[in-house]
Amino acid sequence: MPTERERRFVGPRRAQLIFALFFVVVSILLLSQIGSQTKWVEKSKLFAQPRFWPAVGLGGMAVLGTMHLYLLPWRKVTRYDWWELRKWTQVLEFALWFLAYVLLVPMIGYLPVTLVFVPLLAWRMGYRDRRMLGLSVLFAVAVVVLFKGLLGVKIPGGAIYEYLPGALRSFFILYL
Amino acid sequence: MDLLLSALDILMRWDVALALLTGSVGGVLIGAIPGVGPAVAIAILLPATFSMDPIVGLTVLLGIYGSSMYGGAIPAILINTPGTAVNALTTYDGYPMTARGEPRRALSLAYSASFFGGIFSVICLILFAPVLARVAPYFGSREIFLAALLGIILMVVAHRGQTLIAGALAAFGIFIQTIGLEPVKYTSRYTFDQPFLSGGINLIVVVLGLFALSQAFVLLTSEDEKIRMTRLRGGMFQGLRELARHPRVATVSASFGVVMGMIPGVGEFTAQFMSYTYAQRSSKRPQDFGNGSSEGLIAAETANNAVPAAAMVPLLALGIPGEALTAMMLSVFYVHNVVPGPGLFQNQMDFVVALYLSLLILNVLVLVFLLFATRSLIQVVRIPNRFLGVCILTLSFVGVYSLRNSATDCVMAALFGVLGYVLKRLSMPSVPIILGMVLGGIMEVKLRAGMARVKEPLDFIDRPVAFLLFLAIVLVLIGHFRRVLRERAEIKAAERGALKSGHRFGQMLGRRRGRFVKDRFKLVRARHAKRLRALKDLF
Repeated sequence: MPTERERRFVGPRRAQLIFALFFVVVSILLLSQIGSQTKWVEKSKLFAQPRFWPAVGLGGMAVLGTMHLYLLPWRKVTRYDWWELRKWTQVLEFALWFLAYVLLVPMIGYLPVTLVFVPLLAWRMGYRDRRMLGLSVLFAVAVVVLFKGLLGVKIPGGAIYEYLPGALRSFFILYL
Repeated sequence: MDLLLSALDILMRWDVALALLTGSVGGVLIGAIPGVGPAVAIAILLPATFSMDPIVGLTVLLGIYGSSMYGGAIPAILINTPGTAVNALTTYDGYPMTARGEPRRALSLAYSASFFGGIFSVICLILFAPVLARVAPYFGSREIFLAALLGIILMVVAHRGQTLIAGALAAFGIFIQTIGLEPVKYTSRYTFDQPFLSGGINLIVVVLGLFALSQAFVLLTSEDEKIRMTRLRGGMFQGLRELARHPRVATVSASFGVVMGMIPGVGEFTAQFMSYTYAQRSSKRPQDFGNGSSEGLIAAETANNAVPAAAMVPLLALGIPGEALTAMMLSVFYVHNVVPGPGLFQNQMDFVVALYLSLLILNVLVLVFLLFATRSLIQVVRIPNRFLGVCILTLSFVGVYSLRNSATDCVMAALFGVLGYVLKRLSMPSVPIILGMVLGGIMEVKLRAGMARVKEPLDFIDRPVAFLLFLAIVLVLIGHFRRVLRERAEIKAAERGALKSGHRFGQMLGRRRGRFVKDRFKLVRARHAKRLRALKDLF
């Protein structure tokens, strides 16, 4: 049966202890580096010191994080915490998809990469029917046309566009 | 009158009209899709608005902010899933109405209440603007520092049951805004000699990571839900008539929205909670609340739609954003060298009134759009979760990469995305990080400027507004500590009770065991005695 403290805790139990421990350790480690990572300037008031606000931030993190850890109603890491940790690592796959997209755009170009990226990720997520794949291609084209073609957001043309003939090359670099 | 005319003059442009239309329709669509929300949309669109005029860019963002709650009511009422977080209370009375066959009435009432809330707050603020313009000059560096500090404290205290971790995350926000080259003494702070950290960590990168990418990760790792949609028949105008029958609830709820929206760090949830509680207490049929009460629906929807206009007050008058969405809008001001604060109210009052008028027009546009297009609009609710995740991931790239064309920014956004995902899994708030970043930067600058003329500590609060703000901070802290102590006492009492009852329960079990053992021994002894007698008889 959960205790009163457990019952009143806001949020799930899983991995709270691991997160709080990690947070406190990182803040204490960063705080320990304050001497080498910030400077104390002579003849300046305390509030104007470059070290003052990092100290406020890290001090707040360390003190409040430690109090949060101390007041957690659990003291032992269970297998459910490790399962949750495994769940967190699952998103790294999608973070890698995102970073691969970022790296490929300056090389191959925004339109070609988006045209491959969106249907491929949709395929990976289990949408195998023609309707969803068609929708994903349509979405990819719409995003490129709207943002780069119409709104003119700053996304560089792909290096591959350099091999295109004259007018087509500038059109691709500017709009696609 | 001149002010109004010059404000209208600012708005009389085709690009502003287009921005209003795009913002209002786009906001409704975004709000209607559960899992997207205005924060994600604003984070993605933010860099795209940098190339626009301030009024155009802000109108698009305000449009999304103001109209997303209208759209959020649609899935809240029809499928019991709030489109945006602030529509959660709408499900309490909206969905039971749908369940008993009145979805059209619920939707129409929600639209009408939202419209009333939006219009009421804008009118209040247009009337209130001259007062603000008179008060704003009293805010110097010290007052703005204290107001920002009050904002952070209120935001942390508002996270009941999570105050410590909310405070720690706000401190994390304050810390990450200090990373990079310090602008006064030109010394580096926590750069670890890495060139990519010298420029600091951009707010938009953090916002995109914490709101857009993390939401994409949540959707990509979730399952698609099967949605059963209710059919809508008939017109949507009956809500306006029904709203007119509850003027008291609507006016009080809108007033709560205006007041709570103006206080930094408080926002929609408190306004909704207070107006819903008021409506229930003052209703003739309080038992209907939570079971499809029209008054409950009016209270929830009016209060949340009155907040966006009011939330612009601390942003425009003091340059202090009260929550994440206005914090994002602040960067649009900075990019265009428009400094929000007392100077804006004194020198560019027509710009401020133009923004309010655009909100007014926006509410009318959204209502008209929804009254005629709801039946087609509800189809967007059907977009599968994971496909939505793919879309958000693709759009996040535009937001992050177009900022500086930097792959490092994208790596950082991905890291903040993972952090945001972890925070969501743990039901922890990510807003304190954003507000810590924005308000931390403001506090650093204003404290440095404010302390230049201060000789003794008490000089800091020797001006009336500074003293009032200081008093407010002290009162909020006292109130919070009293609540914490009361809760601790309650927990201790409950634990002591549990211990005593546990003790009594243990004793009772012990007595029962003793009785059973005694009875069993009697039986065993009787059996043995019988056998002994039988044995004796044998010899």
